[in-house]
Amino acid sequence: MTAMTQTQPRENALSSPAIVSLKGISKTFSNGTVALHDLSLDIRQGEFVSLLGPSGCGKSTALRIITGLTGPTSGRVDWPQEAARQAEHDLSFVFQEPALMPWATVFENVWLPLRLKGISRKQARERVMDALDMVQLTQFSGSYPRELSGGMKMRVSIARALVTKPKVLLMDEPFAALDEITRFKLNNDLLHLWETFGWTVVFVTHSVFESVYLSDRIVVMAARPGRIVHDIAIDAPYPRGEEFRTSPVYSGFCRTVSEALHGAMASGDHL
Amino acid sequence: MTVSYAPKAALTEQTPVPLDAEEMKRARAARVESVGRRVIPVAILALSLVLWDRLCVWNEIPHYILPRPGLVFETLLADWQILFVALLNTLKITFGALFLATAGGLGLSVLFTQSKWIEISFFPFAVILQVTPIIAVAPLILIYVDSIAAGLLICAWIVAFFPILSNTTLGLNSADHNLQNLFRMYGASRWQTLRYLRLPASMPYFLGGVKIAGGLSLIGAIVAEFVAGTAGSGSGLANQILEASYRLNMPRMFAALILISVTGILIFLATTLLSHLLLRKWHESALKKEA
Repeated sequence: MTAMTQTQPRENALSSPAIVSLKGISKTFSNGTVALHDLSLDIRQGEFVSLLGPSGCGKSTALRIITGLTGPTSGRVDWPQEAARQAEHDLSFVFQEPALMPWATVFENVWLPLRLKGISRKQARERVMDALDMVQLTQFSGSYPRELSGGMKMRVSIARALVTKPKVLLMDEPFAALDEITRFKLNNDLLHLWETFGWTVVFVTHSVFESVYLSDRIVVMAARPGRIVHDIAIDAPYPRGEEFRTSPVYSGFCRTVSEALHGAMASGDHL
Repeated sequence: MTVSYAPKAALTEQTPVPLDAEEMKRARAARVESVGRRVIPVAILALSLVLWDRLCVWNEIPHYILPRPGLVFETLLADWQILFVALLNTLKITFGALFLATAGGLGLSVLFTQSKWIEISFFPFAVILQVTPIIAVAPLILIYVDSIAAGLLICAWIVAFFPILSNTTLGLNSADHNLQNLFRMYGASRWQTLRYLRLPASMPYFLGGVKIAGGLSLIGAIVAEFVAGTAGSGSGLANQILEASYRLNMPRMFAALILISVTGILIFLATTLLSHLLLRKWHESALKKEA
């Protein structure tokens, strides 16, 4: 049950170097909960990896450990391409909620990461507008978050994550609170941006369909203790669009991943 | 990817022309309410003044028991010289205390949220100052402090600063957790987190505190003046009331009372306006609700 199956190893992914490498990560919280047990995972440059699993499997904890907000109880996180002891990594985070500052305009919200690095409004202007352009919100730069719809707020949140031009984008169930139409649109937008700019994306989700549609690799996790049970490559070509969403290949992958997920849930005790 | 969003204004500007009976009724009710909101309070106030006047006449109440409103107004004009000086003295204490309470409350709450040890150490003192009735402490303060003005200021400050301190502390601690994580992830300094996250997040709470403190600083100033009971150059409206009561000068007592009330109302309106101006762009409390 702890055996990890590498269903379909891919040559191109294996050949690109790891950008983040989790080695034997365990995390036990002070209340005794074992959130993660001996988790090892190489995330390679340019990959779109989804962490998929039932609630309580530690996928969000794994993401927080990558950011450095939480330290592992044992094991370590390596950034092979960065200088040793580099304090800040080239990463951005998108939360489940948009987490915008309600008192600041869209422009000021996206400017925030640059502002914290001491870049003035004038110097940041071009980069902020570029980021807003990526999510098609340039004309809303002067609006306040409350004037925007849920999907637009999420796009502001994504623009804020992109404005620093990160190498790694970490997303913690970013579209879970949105309706399906908005979610499909944002899925497409995100894929398009990823194909254009080629960052590495680590995407936490509990939706099989979303993860298959987006990722080129799905890591299935099980709970109690949180661990990896399957590592499935989704070998379908990009760009992916509506045809892919309705194709037999897509449903085939969904079935494979669903079965893996059910296996993962059965192997742990009940939810 | 090519969807463009129409600006909101374009949607709201066009009015659907033929209204059904129910909507017409609703629109008329809204118009009546908006007029009534302004007219009714004024009318009721005027009516009660007339009633006051008539009661005095019908029952032949002498002016040294209950003066007629006209006489109060005449006294207000006739004694304006004395009352205006007293008003200025009271205002000086009130606004001095409000300013110190705002600065002190804000400063202390920022200090409290920077270190929980400071908060644990000093919060009990703030509570003790708040729960001990000022009227019981005022005599001590006025004995220990040489300058009467300074004594009055301290009394009014003690009453007024606590709501600002406790509200702002709550506000500084209620910044969104995801945003706090985000600030940490981007390596924000303590000062940056305070300046860009905690202070703006605490703004509605702080302004709520200022609104309460505005009224309390006037109350504190008046209570302290009563205790001090000074006559002469430094005396305020409370002293005028005391002095007038010794002489059974009822009209002047009422005139001073009216000045105190009006001051309180103006402070309330000013703090409400300030709060509205600072929050209208983003905070839920300042937004017009759509029916």
